[in-house]
Formats: sequence, structure tokens, C-alpha cells
Amino acid sequence: MKEPNKKTNKRYFELDKNETEQKSEGQSQEVKVYNVKITPRILKAQKFKEQHRKSVKPNTYNKFNKTQKYPGKAPIDPERLKKYTRGKGLVGKGVRHPLYKEKLKQKEKKINYAQVQSARAEILLTEDQGGITIDDEDGKTTAISQKIIAENIDIAAATKIFELNLDFGPYRAKYSRNGRHLLIGSKKGHLAAFDWITKKLHFEINVMESIHDISWLHIETMVAAAQKEFLHIYDNTGTELHCVKKIDKILRMEFLPYHFLLAVVSEYGFLTWLDISIGEIVGHYNNHLGRCSVMTQNPYNATLCLGDPKGVVSLWAPTVKQPLAKILCHKTPLTAIAVDNRGMYMATSGVDRSLKIWDIRNLDGPLQHYKLRSAPVDLEFSQTDMLAVGLDETVEIYNDCCTQTTEKPYLRHRMAKSISNFKFCPYEDVLGVGTTHGFTSIIVPGSGEANFDALESNPFQTKSQRREAEVKALLDKIPAELITLNPFEVTEVDVPSLKEQMEAKKKLLHVKPKKMDTTPRRKNKGKTHIARKKIIKEAARREYLEQTKEVQKSLKPEQKQKAPKQSFGVLDRFVSNPKSKK
Amino acid sequence: MSKVKIKVISRNPDDYLRATKRDIHKMPRNYNPSLHPMEAPREYVRALNAVKLERVFAKPFIGSLDGHCDGVSSMAKHPNRLAVLASGAFDGEIRLWDLAVRKCTRNFVAHEGWVRAICYTPNGDTFTSVGDDKTIKSWKSQVLNEEDEEPVSTLLSMSVVSGVTHHRFKPIFATCGEHCQLWENTRNEPIKVFKWGVDSLHHVAFNQVEHNLLASCASDNSIILYDYRESGPLRKVVLSHRSNAVSWNPMEAFIFTAANEDYNLYTFDVRKLKEPINIHMDHTSAVIDVDYSPTGRELVSGSYDKTVRIFESLKGHSRDVYHTKRMQRLTCVKWSLDNKYILTGSDEMNIRMWKARASEKLGVRSHSVLHVYITPGAKRAIQNVCNVSNSCPVRATYTARPGHGPVLKPRERTALNYAEALKEKFAGHPQVKRIARHRHVPKHIMNAQKEIRTIREKIKRKEANKRAHSKPGAVPYVREREKNVVKEDE
Repeated sequence: MKEPNKKTNKRYFELDKNETEQKSEGQSQEVKVYNVKITPRILKAQKFKEQHRKSVKPNTYNKFNKTQKYPGKAPIDPERLKKYTRGKGLVGKGVRHPLYKEKLKQKEKKINYAQVQSARAEILLTEDQGGITIDDEDGKTTAISQKIIAENIDIAAATKIFELNLDFGPYRAKYSRNGRHLLIGSKKGHLAAFDWITKKLHFEINVMESIHDISWLHIETMVAAAQKEFLHIYDNTGTELHCVKKIDKILRMEFLPYHFLLAVVSEYGFLTWLDISIGEIVGHYNNHLGRCSVMTQNPYNATLCLGDPKGVVSLWAPTVKQPLAKILCHKTPLTAIAVDNRGMYMATSGVDRSLKIWDIRNLDGPLQHYKLRSAPVDLEFSQTDMLAVGLDETVEIYNDCCTQTTEKPYLRHRMAKSISNFKFCPYEDVLGVGTTHGFTSIIVPGSGEANFDALESNPFQTKSQRREAEVKALLDKIPAELITLNPFEVTEVDVPSLKEQMEAKKKLLHVKPKKMDTTPRRKNKGKTHIARKKIIKEAARREYLEQTKEVQKSLKPEQKQKAPKQSFGVLDRFVSNPKSKK
Repeated sequence: MSKVKIKVISRNPDDYLRATKRDIHKMPRNYNPSLHPMEAPREYVRALNAVKLERVFAKPFIGSLDGHCDGVSSMAKHPNRLAVLASGAFDGEIRLWDLAVRKCTRNFVAHEGWVRAICYTPNGDTFTSVGDDKTIKSWKSQVLNEEDEEPVSTLLSMSVVSGVTHHRFKPIFATCGEHCQLWENTRNEPIKVFKWGVDSLHHVAFNQVEHNLLASCASDNSIILYDYRESGPLRKVVLSHRSNAVSWNPMEAFIFTAANEDYNLYTFDVRKLKEPINIHMDHTSAVIDVDYSPTGRELVSGSYDKTVRIFESLKGHSRDVYHTKRMQRLTCVKWSLDNKYILTGSDEMNIRMWKARASEKLGVRSHSVLHVYITPGAKRAIQNVCNVSNSCPVRATYTARPGHGPVLKPRERTALNYAEALKEKFAGHPQVKRIARHRHVPKHIMNAQKEIRTIREKIKRKEANKRAHSKPGAVPYVREREKNVVKEDE
């Protein structure tokens, strides 16, 4: 693992420990002397302070130095509070009507209250996150094998390490959204779904065709398989429900659960979004990138990230024909892309054996750039932002590799078979790897979210709960048009259309034009270049000078005429006064 | 290898599954925003669904009270019993109604000609009616023997009486006609007469909060304010058209709303009559009657265009419009004192009951709940109802109406509150707004609205043309609120 530019990349706030220590030592040795000129104002301030100090009685109640008997609610850690924030609140500036100002204030209070309450509710979370602690001088955990892990955890958890040896060629595996069910599909047509915790098989069939990709649909009773020609949908008994012939030669599939969209990319370079609730295609575009077999979704905003052979990652939404954004990530063909759950980081890898971490909302320059031993086969982020990297026959899991450059992987697992894909199991500390010879499940402590939200996805869902959740989810189905880079766009003020409205109103003769400023109130604080300011000033000065020159020029001829006139005193009135020619 | 401590998520299913079938399911929550992606679009979709459901469930009509043999001319709410309503008709008949069972409890002919107005005394024991026969009669609310069927007192006025209103708690009431007259219950002569050079007054209303004030509508297009302690009227504001009725805001004593002939309602602040604080537009014909909700936040108006409209008191356009195929010109509207129902009387002899909020689920207490929550006051009220409608036992008075379930369950309540919050949050979105605003109205209303719109456009366009072709400032912009007030007199 290399780190190309760690020294140069140091930020101003990343103080070296040694440096700070040195500084503090230096200060203690030399006392700096400040020369303060005593002015009457300072004296007056000092006097006032002293008086104030006297006036405060020593026995008055002070809540800071006296321990209260009932101190009220415990303070909340600001970091925790920050987790639940919904952005900066409104100050209420610029609201003209006092009533609306007050209303906004009240609303803001409620929002803050909700934030505090949800932060306080963390105390009710029952499970703790997993992890490894090691009494070693360097604290490296890379060498910990699955065997050691299995020895150090309880028996129930140890059953989650298992291996399936299957003969039908490279397998792809995917977990259902609640992490309870597993779907595997092989190149040679083997398709199986099972509850991997209880190891209860739902169905196992051979479709007698090659399977290129598989996907769970919104519930665990429906699966989609991209077969040799078409897309087939099966239920949890293996019965074929649909054969979608509108889409053919699929390479990769992604299911967008909140939109009920199955996004597929085909061999001919076509991107298609299929609405599985009504069975209609909502978007079907040629991506003009050729055959792309690297696709992933951004779970934060449900856009698709498509990696092409030229090293460009493009972001797609079903209502826009062109990509929403394009980034040249590598100069070689891409092998894998992964986006983390909060939609902050994107990891890309190329054939050049490099792995880059990008800030997906910003996209200028990689945050991290790693060089690996070989080109990664697959990348995957866990719920806690661990990154799994598949290198031929080993999986390496990196902990916290986005914000800082890591030296060594958190865990490494070697297998005697080459990897085809892997997925972290949601709400479990498990990584499931589809290989050439079956499926391997390994434990990665601390990779899963420990506390699930039963109303979002519940691993212990009953049948009736599942049915109710399905109906609820269908009611909340987000229309495909709302897929944008910023998912909060729908709650923001639509400025351009408001502007258009105002302009349309202005055109009407009989309406008094309203004064409204539609430019966003954003001041470029400290961003205006001084050089530019100077240029503007200079231009204004030059213009002014030129104008004055012109005025002077126009005035001059008159003065010339007036100057030679002689004064005759009272007799001036008789001097002829010819009109000046223009 | 040194010591290794490994912690892995290992959930005990017993902690997450219910113990028995009778138990409720365990639903652990985690409010971490990263587990709930796409918050904004999901909320938007929910808001859209909520607003659609609101329109689906908007069924405001509850039922009609029929029995009158001529158009309903006036109605009066009982001051402390929700289920009692008195109504007078054009043929001089007065009917008392039990709203809970929707039955007439008593009817008698009170006047020759119209019953112009009815009002209850503050304690609700008697009510006063005025008619075209220049008489002011007060009647007992409850009939225990035959004597009670006769009027308690009959006062003869010198001139026509067209309106009556009672003081909040003193035994004083005011009538209007040629002049505004103040009466005391025991005397045969009016104790005070207010005159202001007006031909006739047709509506009078006591302020129930600032109880010395009363307002009346005059035929010279003015609204006159009186203080009953003074010898003369206080102030008067003249509008461009006649006002038909006036209603005081029960929460803000200084505000009243007048139903005007020019299709609008005008809300005035007593302290500043120069211009109305709000104009409520939307009716397509003269507004006949207006009544405030007990919260003072909303008001209901009935119009000659055969519709009832509900306005928010701070907004200029109606929140809802009620109409039926058979309802003819409205003559009187009342908002019930529990803020839940609206009662309308119309030309074609019917009184109709509506929900104040069209899509609200109305809860009727089930019998068991009735027994648990019964208060002494309510018990007396029920007994009173029973005495009036002596054929009904206690239980029958509160039988559930078809189509209305039991009271809201807490889960349902929270879901409704959530939907309400979402609707408010996304109210400005074009899709949501469009669905929330959509109302089906009869064709004649649509056409009238269109006509009014074109007329308004035309006037505005003409004015704009004038403005465009004259000296800047010669044709000033006049605010809508200033346009319709002619003058204010003191």
C-alpha cells in the first residue's frame, strides 16, 4: 500500500504532536512582554469591573459552582446532536410580517426539539456496534483470521461463518434489504434463495441459461434474474412470474427500493429503468459509452453510477437523457465502483491497480489515492463505511479509509477461489462473497449497523408485517422524476420558476409590478479577490477621468470666446453678442 | 498472538419477537438519518397522498332538517345547549329542533308574515322573536304545561321590526327597524331609541365580548355602531353597497364582518373604520348572512348564489365551498358552538347540517364511553333533551349515525396529525396546492365566476390603459380595500 502524497497533503489543522509540544515548551521558557499604554478608558473599565465584583454577594446562588440537587436533563453530546441535524435553521431575517416571523420561530423550535429528542432516544438503542480490540503495541488487526474470530465470539454468531461449495461456476450473491435473505445466481444457471441465518431454503432451480446478475425486488418473495436473453422474475417458490422481453442482454442490475425501479444496463450500452410496480419502463437511454459492466447505485439519492472502459464514471437519472455528471476517475478501464450509504464517498478502482476515494458531492480530485497489489475485482461499502476490496483471491477490508490514508487493511481474508462479487449483509457483521466455487460468508466485526429501525427494514419481520410494509412502501413510492443529485431539491424554493412568474406578471399591464429580489442571498464572504476589486476600481476611475475630460473639452471653446472680451463698464450692453455656433 | 477481544452483532431473537400471540409486535426504532434515506421525496409523496385522501374523504353534508312549510327566514343557536336550534320561516312559523336526532321538537305559528329574527336569552330559558306584524314576542324554551305555549310577553312596536339581538348577560335586547330600539324585558316601551337619519335598519347584533357595543346594517349602505349606554349612535361606515348582516368576532371583540350585496364580505376593525382589514371574495352573488366560528379563526357565509362558503378570517379567499343540487338561495347560516358543524337555512324550506371541516372524521361517543365520561352538566343536558323530546330515551338520543365510526384511536390521531403537518409543510408545492384547492362547483357558479373574472380583468385593463396613456401619477393605484368604503361618519 502506498501513500503518494501524505506529507504534502497536510492541512493547517492537522497539527503535528511534536510541533505543538515544542511550541508549548517554548512559551513556558520565555515570557512575552506586552507594552500596554494605560488610557483613561482602560482605567474606567477596570474601575467598573472592580465595582461589579464587589456588588456580587459571595453567598448568592450560583449554579456553576454549587452542585444542584436536581440538575435537570443530562446534557447531550454536541457530536451526537449533530448527527440528527437537518441543516442550519432559519434565522427569520428578512421576514416582514411579524406573525410569520413568529410562526417560523415556533416551527424552528419544534425542529430543534425533534432533533434533541431523537438524539436523546439513542439511549434506548439496545445493541452495541461490533469491533476488535487487540492488546498489541501497534494494534494491527490485519492478521486476525476467521478462525481466530470464530474462537472469540459466541456460538450463535460463529455460525455466520460458513461456506457453500457449489459447482455451477462463478456465483453472484446479494442480500435482501433487511439482511435476512440471500440470493445466489451462477453463470451456469443455478439460482437459489434462502434465509441464510436459519439456513432455510426458499427455492433452488436451474434456469438452464446463463445468469448474468440477480437482484431482490422490494420484498423477499420476488427476485429478478438477468438471464442469457431476457429479464426473468421469480417468486419465492421458484415459479416464474414474468419474463420481461423489453429488456435484453442485461449485464448488471440495481434495485432502487424507494422508487420501485429496477435499473439495468445492457450489453449494447443501454440503461433502462423498469418500474416493477406497474411493469413499465420509465427511462431507456443509450449511454454512448459502449459495453459497461460496472454499475452501482448511490443509496443517498438513487442515481446510478456507471463506470465505462475509458475510466469515466457517469451519474444517471431516469428522466434525463444525458448523464447528470461525469468524472474521469482513472485513465484505464474501471473495474469497480462503490458508494457509501450516506452518499458522501465514492470508491473507484481501475485496471491500473489504483483505488481512489472521491467526495461524490464535490468531485474535484480524489480524497485518497491508493495503489494496490492487483486490480480490484469488486468494491463495497458497509453500513459503517468500511470498504471491502476484492483482489483476485483475497478480500481486504479497510476501516476508515476515506477521511484518512490507511496503511494496512482492517481485516484480510484469503480464499482459494477467485472472487466474483461480494456484499456486506445489512444489520449484520457479515460479508458474503460469491466465488467461482460457491459462496463464502465471513465475519467482519463492526461492519453492520447494530440497531435497525423496524419501520424501515426489519430482519425479524413476520408475514403480516411484511404485507403491511409492502402496502406502505407502495403508497410512499417516489416518482422517478424526483431522482436528482440533491434529494432535498424538492423542499427547496424553485427560484427560476418564481422568477418566470414574476416576469409574466410584469408583462400584464394592469398589475402593479411587485418588487422582489430573486437572487439568492449569498454573499461571497472573503471570496472577492482584491486584485479584481482593484481592476474594477481602476476601470471606474478611468471612465470618470475620461468623462471629465470630455466635459472639459466641451466647455473649453466657450471660455475661449469669453476670454478676449473687453470690459467697457456700463457700456457693455452695446457690445454686439453674436450667437455661438454649434 | 496477543489477546484479542472481538465483539460481533449477535441478536437474540427473543428480544425482537413477541412472546405470545396476544402480545404486540416489538418495533425497535433508530432515528439515525442515514438509515432513512430520501427523506424529502418520501415526505413529499406522503404529503401528496395525504392531500388526495383529504379530498377523497371530503363529504361535508350530514343531513337536512325538513318540516317548515315555507322558506327558512332566520335561525338562533341555543347559548348553552348544542343540540337545540330555533328556526323561523316566511309563513310565521317557529320550529325548535333537536339536532342530535334531527327531529323537530315543537312548532307553532308565532307571527303573521315573516319571522324576521329570533334570539335566545343568555340563560336559554326563553327566546325572543320578531315578525312582520310589528310584534316582539318572547317564548319559553321548554313547554311543561299548556300555558307555556303562549308567549311570555308580547311587545308592540310602533314601527316595523326586522332584527333582534340580546345582551350577553343583562336583561336587555335591541331591535332594529326604522330605528334601533333598546328594550328591557319588563317594560312595554323601548328604553332607548337610536336614530341617525336612516330609513330602515335590517340587522342588528350585540357584541358578546365587548358587551356594550352593538352594530346594525342600514339601508343607506352603512353599518352603524352603537354603545347602549350612550344616548346616540357612535360611528358609521358607508360602503358602496348594502350590507345584509353583520357578525362579531367572538375572540377579537373589536372585529366584525359584514356580508355585503356586492358579493363580498368586509371585515372591519372598530377602531379604524376607514378601510376594512380584509375583504373576503369568492361569492358570485349577494352574501346574505355571515357567522363566526366560536374560535374566531373562521367564518361561514351564505349567499344568494346557492352556496355556503367558509373563509379563514385572515384570508381573502374561501377555504371551502358547500353546495347541493337541491339547496336554493341561502337565507341564514350558523356555526355551531362546538366548532364542528354548520347549519344553513335556505329558501326551499330546509335546514341543512354540514361538517365545518369537510374531511374530518366525526366521532360519536359509543354507549360505554357515554357512561364513563358523563358529567353532571351533560347529564342535565341529556335530560333536558329528553324532556323536550319526551318520546326518546337517553340512549336513543346518542345513537351513532350511519357512516360515522367511533372516536379516533390514538394511532389514527397521530397519523392524522402527521398528515396535517405534511400538508402544511408542502402546501406551497404546485401539485399539492392544485389538489387541495380543487372544488367541484355547479355550472352556474363556474360561469358566474368566469364572468366576474372577465369583468374584473376588463376594469383593470382599462385602468391600466388609462394609466399608460396619461401623465405618470395621474391615475394612481387604488387598493382594493380603499375602493369600496365611501366614508366614515362620527
